[in-house]
Amino acid sequence: MALLEVENLSVAFGAFKAVDRVSVSVDAGEVVGIVGESGSGKSVTALALMGLIDEPGRVGATRLSFDGRDLLTMRERDRRQMLGRDIAMIFQDPMTSLNPCFTVAFQLMETLRIHEGGSTKALRARALQLLRDVDIPDAERRLDAYPHQLSGGMSQRVMVAMAIACNPRLLIADEPTTALDVTIQAQMLALLLKLQRERGMALVLITHDLGVVAEVAQRVLVMYAGQVVETAQVPQIFEAPRHPYTEALLSALPEHNIGQRRLRSMGGMVPGAFDRPAGCLLAPRCACAQPRCRAEQPPMIGDAGAQARCFFPLTQHATARVQA
Amino acid sequence: MSESNIVLQAKALAKHYPVSTGFLKPKALARALDGVSFTLTAGKTLAVVGESGCGKSTLARQLTMIEPPTSGQLLLGGADVTHADAALKRQLRQQVQMVFQNPFASLNPRKKIGLALEEPLAINTSATKVERSARARAMMARVGLRPEHDARYPHMFSGGQRQRVAIARALMLAPAIVVLDEPVSALDVSIQAQVLNLLMDLQDETRVAYVFISHNLAVVELIADEVLVMYLGKVVEQAPKHTLFAAPRHPYTRALLASTPRIDAASRQARQVLTGELPSPLNPPSGCAFHKRCPFAVERCRVEVPALEALGGGQQVACHRVAELG
Amino acid sequence: MSAVLDQAPPSPLKELWRDFRRNRGAMIGLGVIVALVLCALLADVIAPYSPKEQFTDAVLKAPSLQPIGGHVFLLGTDPVGRDLLSRLIHGTRLSLLIGLVSVGLSLSFGVVLGLLAGFFRGGVEFTIMRLMDIMLALPSLLLAVAVVAILGPGLMNAMDAIAIVMLPHFVRLTRAAVVVELSKDYVNASRIAGASNARLMFDTVLPNCAAPLIVQATLGFSTAILDAAALGFLGLGAQPPTPEWGSMLASALEFIQSAWWVVTLPGLAILVSVLAFNLMGDGLRDALDPKLKR
Repeated sequence: MALLEVENLSVAFGAFKAVDRVSVSVDAGEVVGIVGESGSGKSVTALALMGLIDEPGRVGATRLSFDGRDLLTMRERDRRQMLGRDIAMIFQDPMTSLNPCFTVAFQLMETLRIHEGGSTKALRARALQLLRDVDIPDAERRLDAYPHQLSGGMSQRVMVAMAIACNPRLLIADEPTTALDVTIQAQMLALLLKLQRERGMALVLITHDLGVVAEVAQRVLVMYAGQVVETAQVPQIFEAPRHPYTEALLSALPEHNIGQRRLRSMGGMVPGAFDRPAGCLLAPRCACAQPRCRAEQPPMIGDAGAQARCFFPLTQHATARVQA
Repeated sequence: MSESNIVLQAKALAKHYPVSTGFLKPKALARALDGVSFTLTAGKTLAVVGESGCGKSTLARQLTMIEPPTSGQLLLGGADVTHADAALKRQLRQQVQMVFQNPFASLNPRKKIGLALEEPLAINTSATKVERSARARAMMARVGLRPEHDARYPHMFSGGQRQRVAIARALMLAPAIVVLDEPVSALDVSIQAQVLNLLMDLQDETRVAYVFISHNLAVVELIADEVLVMYLGKVVEQAPKHTLFAAPRHPYTRALLASTPRIDAASRQARQVLTGELPSPLNPPSGCAFHKRCPFAVERCRVEVPALEALGGGQQVACHRVAELG
Repeated sequence: MSAVLDQAPPSPLKELWRDFRRNRGAMIGLGVIVALVLCALLADVIAPYSPKEQFTDAVLKAPSLQPIGGHVFLLGTDPVGRDLLSRLIHGTRLSLLIGLVSVGLSLSFGVVLGLLAGFFRGGVEFTIMRLMDIMLALPSLLLAVAVVAILGPGLMNAMDAIAIVMLPHFVRLTRAAVVVELSKDYVNASRIAGASNARLMFDTVLPNCAAPLIVQATLGFSTAILDAAALGFLGLGAQPPTPEWGSMLASALEFIQSAWWVVTLPGLAILVSVLAFNLMGDGLRDALDPKLKR
């Protein structure tokens, strides 16, 4: 049985559907990547899973269960206990995710105190151990530092430490490396993988960087305008994508256009709140759109391992991608 | 390379900022830029690669003459503009323009974009209102925006469109050089592709030279002709693009390339995760600035600052062990 | 190629109005202010009598619908027989004028000083800001009294005094906003395009500092009315027989117990106007604050 099972999750802000019938399932210890551009709804999905969507957003799902327990019917108090302890989340901008008024030690100990309790000395020792687990050098000194005294990479590590403090079964990372330099990014990814292996945590990695997902994830979901358009295993999804959007994303990457005069790019823009097409959301921009695509919305088609939301999934890749 | 085609030359540009370390304590010196030299030809792109704190933004400010350098020389079209006075600067503005990183902060939120585009013309030329308006609209069409939207405010556009407006604004005065500071870093993949295509088209048409600052090596590999790799204010490697990507010689360049996530497993290089972080420019390490993180550092690296040595084929590397590491 | 919304999105002014409308208190405030403005503009038309006309047979009469000697004094009369309603209506003109002139003067000078301080930093900033700090250290009413004492009593001098007292607030606000905006890229972009300091100050940065200034100006109206009333109360502002609310209060204090309407009604007028401006100012601040936007 999967650790996290989500079926037909939808988040609506008034008439605008930020997330439209998204289904995800994550097994224990698995690394799943959710990829999409801005406006795809990937961050809103993560926030909805954590119950962080405020009014006027409305969250609905046919099934939302974690470790066999139904999140939809759970009491608010039980749900809050589970969040932070069994499911944890780290966010994109480390500079704004830590409270600037309190030291690192205080913030770590606060998390531990809420979920575990214990004497202050014991909590501090645990906090120190956590900082060492996330490979922060000179951890003793950093315990008493304030967030503004830490660099971006360090702050991000502190956030990871807070997230893993209570040994969560599932860690959701929302663009954890976007604000970091590329060498620090590599360190952060190595750290996340190390923690994931050591603790048997499942990791859901949300990002717009396809390269990161290719290196780290086992399975990928591609989102577009609030819907999941393709899901498949890595590396198959990158070698033989079935949905035209995935194909277009890959073709637009600089690394797939070396030696070419221009990047292959798909025209147009992601539909906003007011210009959602009636049929397939990609139809106005898709080179292979047929009348059927414009008339009805395709369901997810395919077997359990690989599905694509397209009536005419790509079977050959006419646009051969130039290898670097 | 014909002399007449050189549009920009930097010779040992340096910029040091005095930073107060506390009341009554002497000021420390932050060496944001410490001796950068390069030559830029018309119609070519020089990419400046580095991570935060390497001095690339400082370099951008030097090249656009927002601040004068502490030492070194800057030559625009052959003329020494290092210590240009206000009048000369006004003249030279027309030759160097800039596109900033953050499309959300680089446009005046209270100005309609048509007026924002007309501003450089209003300041520097004697074109009438009608002429300015026409040129602004023409430029909007040129960068792929609808000219009838010139009465809209920036917040009504998406990130990619705002970046197009920023590019349009930079080109209004038909400059010889455009400095682009991470112009596509904040954009999605598909919009990034559109904007990069636009930049390359414009370069082909107008022969403008780009100084393209980026930390994204994949984009650099596509758009650059020559690459400058910076670390803590100094150039550690400089080479034509093909040479740099085929045979990087400096350990930092190699680490950067190895750290860049790639989709095709075959093209990934041996994962070599760098430890530590960029040192503070207020307290640079002795000797080679990279020695604390370098997997190949020896005693000499700790003591002596390596100089840029030419290796042939236009490649220059600042590393004591470049011959051994091969 | 670009797929921006085809219907033009609402202009910033329309968006502001839409957000402002949601705040009921602010709309009430705005309504009252509109009524006050109408009163002021149409004072000659709607006031039943002249504010200076004395009815010797109707001295200190209570508000009533009963005519006295053929005249109806809806809000009663004052100690020399003048109709209170007419005096209050004409007083509206004066109060709004005071607000406009004081705030206008203060805002203009304050913005220029704030811009200079924010742009040029160093010695210029030091001089200006320390001067403002000194002004802020003195109690505002005492400072106003001191200025009027130097200039002499009278409405115009009272307005100048109030403008001076409000000046530091505008300077500090402008300077703080300017310093924040100067670090943003669009200012650098204008610099690189060759903009002179004057253009940068007034054309590039100032429009972006407008929001807090608008709010402060609106609230400044109410401060001005109160300060003018206080000065009038002290006999330093409008001189009799000018129907300024504050001086009306001052000349009638002795009648608090015997003729409550002569004291209470001008006081109420001050209260209502000040409240209206405060409500509108709050509403504007909420509507202009980008963080509160949905």
